[in-house]
Amino acid sequence: MSEPTPNTGHETPVSTPADLNKPAFELIGHPRRRVDGRSKALGQTQFADDLSLPRMLYLRLLRSPYPHARIRSIDTTRAQAAPGVKLVLTGEDLPIPYGILPVSQDEHPLCPDVVRFVGDPVAGVVAASEEEAEAALPLIDVDYEILTTISTPEEALETPEPQIHRYAQEGNVHKLVALEFGDVPEALDGADQVFEDVFFYQGNTHLPMEEHASLANLDPDGKLVIWSSTQTPHYLHKALAKALEYPAHQIRVIACPNGGGFGGKSDPFNHEVVACKAALVLGRPVKVTLTRQEVFYCHRGRHPVLMRFRTGVKQDGSIVGMDLETVLDGGSYGSYGVASTFYTGALQTVTYEIPRYRFRAARCFTNKPPCGPKRGHGTVQPRFGQEIQLDKIAVALGKNPADLRLQQLVKDDSLTANYLTISKIGLEECIQKVVAGSGYRGRWGQLPEGRGVGLACSSYLCGAGLPIYWNKMPHSGVQLRIDRMGAVTAFCGATEIGQGSDDVLASCVAEVLGIDSHDVHVRTGATDITPIDLGSYSSRVTLMMGNAAIEAAERARLTIAAAVAEKLGVPKGRLAFAGRRVFDVADPEQGMDFREAVVLAEAAYGTLGSVGSYTPPRSPARFKGGGVGPSPTYSYSAAVVEVEVDPLTGWIHVPKIWIAHDIGRALNPTLVQGQVEGSVYMGLGEALMEEQTFRRLPPKRSHALVHKIPSLLEYKSPTALDMPEVVTYLVEDPDPRGPFGAKEVGQGPLLPIMPALANAVYDAVGVRVDETPISPEKILQALDQKAKGKPARYGPTSFPTVAWPEPFHVAPPWEGGDGRADDDPKAQRTQASEVRS
Amino acid sequence: MTKEVAGDRKVLGRFVVNEEQHQVAYAPHKTLLEVLREDLGLTGTKHGCELGECGACAVLVDGVPTLSCLTLGLEAEGRPVTTVEGLACDGRLHPVQAAFADLGGSQCGYCSPGVLVTAKAFLDSHPQPTREEIKEALAGNLCRCTGYMQILSAVERAAEELAQ
Repeated sequence: MSEPTPNTGHETPVSTPADLNKPAFELIGHPRRRVDGRSKALGQTQFADDLSLPRMLYLRLLRSPYPHARIRSIDTTRAQAAPGVKLVLTGEDLPIPYGILPVSQDEHPLCPDVVRFVGDPVAGVVAASEEEAEAALPLIDVDYEILTTISTPEEALETPEPQIHRYAQEGNVHKLVALEFGDVPEALDGADQVFEDVFFYQGNTHLPMEEHASLANLDPDGKLVIWSSTQTPHYLHKALAKALEYPAHQIRVIACPNGGGFGGKSDPFNHEVVACKAALVLGRPVKVTLTRQEVFYCHRGRHPVLMRFRTGVKQDGSIVGMDLETVLDGGSYGSYGVASTFYTGALQTVTYEIPRYRFRAARCFTNKPPCGPKRGHGTVQPRFGQEIQLDKIAVALGKNPADLRLQQLVKDDSLTANYLTISKIGLEECIQKVVAGSGYRGRWGQLPEGRGVGLACSSYLCGAGLPIYWNKMPHSGVQLRIDRMGAVTAFCGATEIGQGSDDVLASCVAEVLGIDSHDVHVRTGATDITPIDLGSYSSRVTLMMGNAAIEAAERARLTIAAAVAEKLGVPKGRLAFAGRRVFDVADPEQGMDFREAVVLAEAAYGTLGSVGSYTPPRSPARFKGGGVGPSPTYSYSAAVVEVEVDPLTGWIHVPKIWIAHDIGRALNPTLVQGQVEGSVYMGLGEALMEEQTFRRLPPKRSHALVHKIPSLLEYKSPTALDMPEVVTYLVEDPDPRGPFGAKEVGQGPLLPIMPALANAVYDAVGVRVDETPISPEKILQALDQKAKGKPARYGPTSFPTVAWPEPFHVAPPWEGGDGRADDDPKAQRTQASEVRS
Repeated sequence: MTKEVAGDRKVLGRFVVNEEQHQVAYAPHKTLLEVLREDLGLTGTKHGCELGECGACAVLVDGVPTLSCLTLGLEAEGRPVTTVEGLACDGRLHPVQAAFADLGGSQCGYCSPGVLVTAKAFLDSHPQPTREEIKEALAGNLCRCTGYMQILSAVERAAEELAQ
C-alpha cells in the first residue's frame, strides 16, 4: 500500500501522543481489560490439551530408569502386539539430532545409543487410547549397560571419562568461558579492600500449571501440523524440519496459548518431534500430554550455580574491580546452556559502575534433567551473590546499603566495561521509591531482634540483541490487514504465554489507528499465517513486537490518511486518528468514522495491508562471547523485603515487600502490575522453598539419580496464604528505544527478591545464608555457628579448582578499547559468532 | 478395536452438569475430571497435578468446591455439578468473571477455571468477605503467574458488585 520505507531498526516511528496528533494516549498507560481477558475468565482459552480431532491416537514415551547407560538393544515385539497399539518408535526411526542452540545439537527425539538422565526417552508407543499406550510401555524390553553416573559439577570436573557428550569442551566440562575487561588483578591489588565470597544458588523449576501437550496431524492437504504448548514456535519449526528431514515449508507450527511458560516451554521437546513422526507415519492425529512427573524430568529450569565473587573497593565503597567465577550444573544436555553460562557473567556491569571486570565460567554435564532458561535466565544466580556481597561491603564499611548503591549507579547513554549499551537507567528512582516507602533508612539496623529489612537491586534485558541462530533478518514482524468493514487484523508470530503479548499487539496497533484494542482481531503464533517473531523468551516481545506493530500501524495510518486528506482537502499532517474517527485536528467536526476512512483508502489504493519489522541495534561488542548480554535497553528494579525470623524455629515470615520497577512506560498498567507481582511471588518461592534436588539411590536400587520431589504435593510453591502484602511502584521515564517508551517487565522484578530477602534475614538475626532456598534449618545452623563464635553463616565454603583458560582480553571503553579482544585476531573479524541468545 | 483392556467396559450414567442432563457411557474407573473433559467435551476444567494438590480441576458438586481429579465419575452421578462453563449466563459474565477479566485475575488463565468456581461458591456463602477469608478460601488453588494479588482484588470487586 504505502511506499515501503526501509526497516529502520531500533528507531521508533511513534513515541508520544503529540506525534499522533492527540493530546493524550487513549489506551497506552490506561489500566484496562486485556484483549484475551474475557476468554480466560470464561475458561474458553484453548490450551493444547483441550484440542482433539476425529480418529485421534495417543502417544506415551518410555523413559530411562537409569541416569547413564548404553542401550545394548531394544525389543519392541511384545509392545507392538499389545491391545490398541498402532506404532512403536525407537531411536532408529529418528536418527537426526537437534537442539535449541546451533552449538549444541545434542538431543535425539528418542535416544539411539546412550541415555543420560532418569527420564530420557527411549521409545514411543502410539495407541488408540492413552491407557493402552501406557500399558504397552513395560512390554518394551531394553537391555542397558550401566555407565558411571556423574551427579555434581565437582564429580564432572574430577571425572573426564566416561564423557556424557563427546563434543564437550573438556571431559565433562561442556563449556568454559573466560573474559577480562581491563587488568583485574591490578585493580584488586590497588583496592583498599577486597571482599571474597562464595555463594550457591540451588536449581529450581518453572512449574507451569499446564503440563506440556502437543497434537500433531497430517493435514488433509498432506502438510504436517502441530499444535503445541511452546513459547518458541519458530525454533520448534526449525527443529522439526531438521529432525524429521521434512521440508520446512510443508510444516505449520501453532503455538497454543501456554498455561504458563516461564522459560520451560522454550526448547524443542522430544515429545513434539515423536508425535509429529507418528502423525507422518500413521497419517492420523497423535496427541501427547505429559504427566506432572514428566514435566519435572523435562525441566530446562534454573541452573544450580556455585559462584565466587572477588570485589575490590575503595574506602568509600566504590568498586574498582570485580572478579567473578561461576560453575554451572548443566544437567545432561546443552539446551540453552551455553547462553546461560555467558549470562551468569553478562549483566553484573549494568547496574553499578565496575571499571574492570573479569568473568570465568564453566558449565558441567551431569546425569540429571537438562537445565535451561528460567525467568531471569542465568542472571538470577549471580545477582543473588552480587547483591548480598554489596550488603556485606556496606556493613563492613559502615555505610547504608542504599547509599553504597546510589553512589555508583551506571549512567544514561553509557557503555559498560563489557560493551553493553545503556540507554536509560531508572534505578536511582527505583531505589528512592522503595527506600522511602519502606522507611528503610530509619529501620535498617534499627528493628528489634528477629525483625529486619533488606534491599537489593537488579536489571534485565529487554530482548536479546542477537537471535539464537545467525541471520540478518528481523527479530519480529507484524502484518496488518484492514478491510472495508472496518476490520483490523494483526498477525504476529509472538506467543501468548500469559504475559499479555496479544494485548500489547492489539494495543500498539489500536493506539496508532485510533480504535479500541478490543476492535482488533489478533492472530498470533501460527507459522503458516503469522510473520516470524523469534518467540516469548528473553523479555523481548513487548519491545520488539511492539515496535514492529507500531511501524506496521503507522504505515497503514499514512495510507488511510492520504485518502482522507484528499477527501477533506486538508494536509495529511493535520489528521488525527482517535475515538474510532479520523478528523482534522484544526476542526474536529471535519472527519469521518474509521470504517468510512478505510473505505476511502481501499477505493483509492486497493486492498489494504501493511507490515512492520524490528531488528535490534548492533552491539559495539566485537569479541567472542560478546553476543550474550547486548539488548536494546535494560529494565531496572529495586526491592525492600521485610522479614520476621523466629530464632527458635528458624521460621521466616515475610509480612511486606516494596518493589519499584523501571518500566519506561506501562502500556497496560494492569498487566504490568500483574507481571511485577507475579515476579515477586516467583522470587519469593525461589528464596524460601523451591528446589530441584536429587537423590542417589542405593546400589541395590541401581545407583539411579532421581528427583527427590517430582510432584506438586512435595515441590513447595507459595499459596495465597504465603503471599505478603506487595507495594508496587512503576517508574516511568519513556525509553526512546521502546514502543511508546516501554521496557520489559516479565522477568526483571524477580531478580532482587532473593538477595533482598537474604539481606533482610541478616538484618533480623545477624546471620548470612549465602545460598537458596533460605530455609529454617539453614538459619538454625547459622545461628548455631554464631552461638559457638564461628562465622555466623550458612553456605558454601570452598570453590572447586577449575583449569581456567587464559581469558580474552578486551580493554574497557575508558582504557582505549574498541570492543575487540586485543589478543584474538579472529574476534576482530567476526562479531561474537559462536552463540547468541 | 476388538481386543478389550481390563476395566475398559463402560457403564451408563446420568450427570447433571451446569443444569443440563447428560447420559454418558463411560469407563467406571474414570474420574469426574475425565468424564467432563473427555466424554462431555467440557475442557474448561483443567488438570495440573493428578493428585489433588493444585486445584486446577476444581468444580462444584452440590455447590461445594470439589477436586474432580480425585472424584470418581460414579460419585458425581445425579448430583448437580457446576463447571466454569456454567458461570456465565446468557453470554453475560458472572461478576467474578468480569472482575477477573478487568483486574488481571487471569494471566495464562490455566488455573482460572478452578479459582473461579471456588470463588463463586465462596462468595455465595460469604457475601462480605475479608481479604484473609478470601486467601483462606483460595489457598488450595495454585497460581504460578499472578502472585494472587490481582485474584484477591478481583474477588473483592466481585463481592462489591454482587452486594449491589
